[in-house]
Amino acid sequence: MAFRTLVTKKSVRSSFGQIRALQTTAFTLPDLDYDYGALEPAISGEIMKLHHQKHHQTYVTNYNKALEQLDAAVSKSDSASIAKLHSALIFNGGGHINHSIFWKNLAPATKGGGEPPKGSFGGAIDSQFGTLEALVQKMNAEGAALQGSGWVWLGLDKELKRLVVETTANQDPLVSNGANLVPLLGIDVWEHAYYLQYKNVRPDYLKNIWKVINWKFAGEVYEKECPST
Amino acid sequence: MSASLLTCAFLPRQELSESTRSFVWNNKQKQFKRRSGQQVVTAKIELKPPPYMLNALEPHMSKETLEYHWGRHQRGYVDNLNKQIVGTELDGLTLEGVVLVSYNKGDILPAFNNAAQTWNHEFFWESMAPGGGGKPSGDLLKLINRDFGSFDAFVEEFKLAASSQFGSGWAWLAYKANRLDVGNAVNPLPKEEDKKLVVVKSPNAVNPLVWDYFPILTIDVWEHSYYIDYENRREEYISTFLEKLVSWETVSMRLEIAKSRSTERDKEAERKRREEEEANLPGGEATEMYLESESEESEAE
Repeated sequence: MAFRTLVTKKSVRSSFGQIRALQTTAFTLPDLDYDYGALEPAISGEIMKLHHQKHHQTYVTNYNKALEQLDAAVSKSDSASIAKLHSALIFNGGGHINHSIFWKNLAPATKGGGEPPKGSFGGAIDSQFGTLEALVQKMNAEGAALQGSGWVWLGLDKELKRLVVETTANQDPLVSNGANLVPLLGIDVWEHAYYLQYKNVRPDYLKNIWKVINWKFAGEVYEKECPST
Repeated sequence: MSASLLTCAFLPRQELSESTRSFVWNNKQKQFKRRSGQQVVTAKIELKPPPYMLNALEPHMSKETLEYHWGRHQRGYVDNLNKQIVGTELDGLTLEGVVLVSYNKGDILPAFNNAAQTWNHEFFWESMAPGGGGKPSGDLLKLINRDFGSFDAFVEEFKLAASSQFGSGWAWLAYKANRLDVGNAVNPLPKEEDKKLVVVKSPNAVNPLVWDYFPILTIDVWEHSYYIDYENRREEYISTFLEKLVSWETVSMRLEIAKSRSTERDKEAERKRREEEEANLPGGEATEMYLESESEESEAE
């Protein structure tokens, strides 16, 4: 009898689980591992606070809203609405993805910001770009040349095991450029990322950000995909 | 009052502030130095100043914003454009000409971004005026009511376009004339009713000229336009633009130009059609060309 009850409970739970699968967990704004002012003078505390509390938070809020609407549309089999939500999802979902990576890509000097990459990751950079400086120059050039809003990335093609420098427009995540691309390091070149401090001189922002780039995190992501033997 | 505003729009240099004059002078000096030093010729697109002083739009748009937005961003577009087009087939065209040619049906040439952004910013400054805002009147209001239902409905649509243009770009009020955009197809039945006001948005440097619309109002929603004064609060910037900055006189004037250009085009298209018809009638010129080898007979006719 107890066994039968158990089976009943389990089947109820699994059908409830199926319903729950349609319900989304609300995404939340991740905390930074450092204070807003910790990246100065490379990036001002004013920018970090606005960037995190306003811009990223707005992406999270709108992402959750879009997912709720998607839920409703899916449950009604409303394909037109599903299709219409596509851009809201990529804008806001992409914004959440990209900024979550970005905060990890930055660190104050006291926590390793600016320290050059080591190990197999450092070796891969040298072998594929010549020197670290050459990689930095390339990313700066592509970041500066990007028209409008977007990101410049150091990525790993996990199929080819090659490092790549890519750019994406607006909040398109790196995977938009190729399903095999894993983001190691992204630099936000939307104007909100630098305007209050650097105004129109994006190249100065790009030059200075390397002082607070957290190569350790990028290396960890790299090692996970390309474990050194 | 409107007469002097129109004068401002046509003769912007009459109202240069000290800071604006120094920007203009420095620009000319640079050109002179380049020429005398290295015999380098620069192309002729100019950094046109706004038709008011750089602090004239305060407190809604600060002098600091104008100094950077016009003095750095727009200056950069102009300087880079001139460097890009000098000595090429784009050199010597009007700014609008460079925009249209370099758009290249969407497969943009390198000069497009700088050319279109130069055009867009000139158009933007002239879309605003100190003491602007309020409501349009006359023909413009009539068309807004006809094509949007009401002025409030237009405002809602314009605000939505401006706030939903993701990333960098512009929102526009444009006069859409009645052209089919299918290669060289022409609308065979042009009607007054086909011509209407529309709200559109565009990404980055794109503007409605490339869709063959006549823009009559724009708002810049690149972040650099509002970040100093409004930070991330784009909606607040858009509302303030509509309530306090937009120059409805200028918009009305542009609408009149758009309508008359559209009428001209219709007349021109009609004239061409009539010419082609006449060329195909028997006894017309085409027949003469046909009978070239039998010239005596054609003269007899």
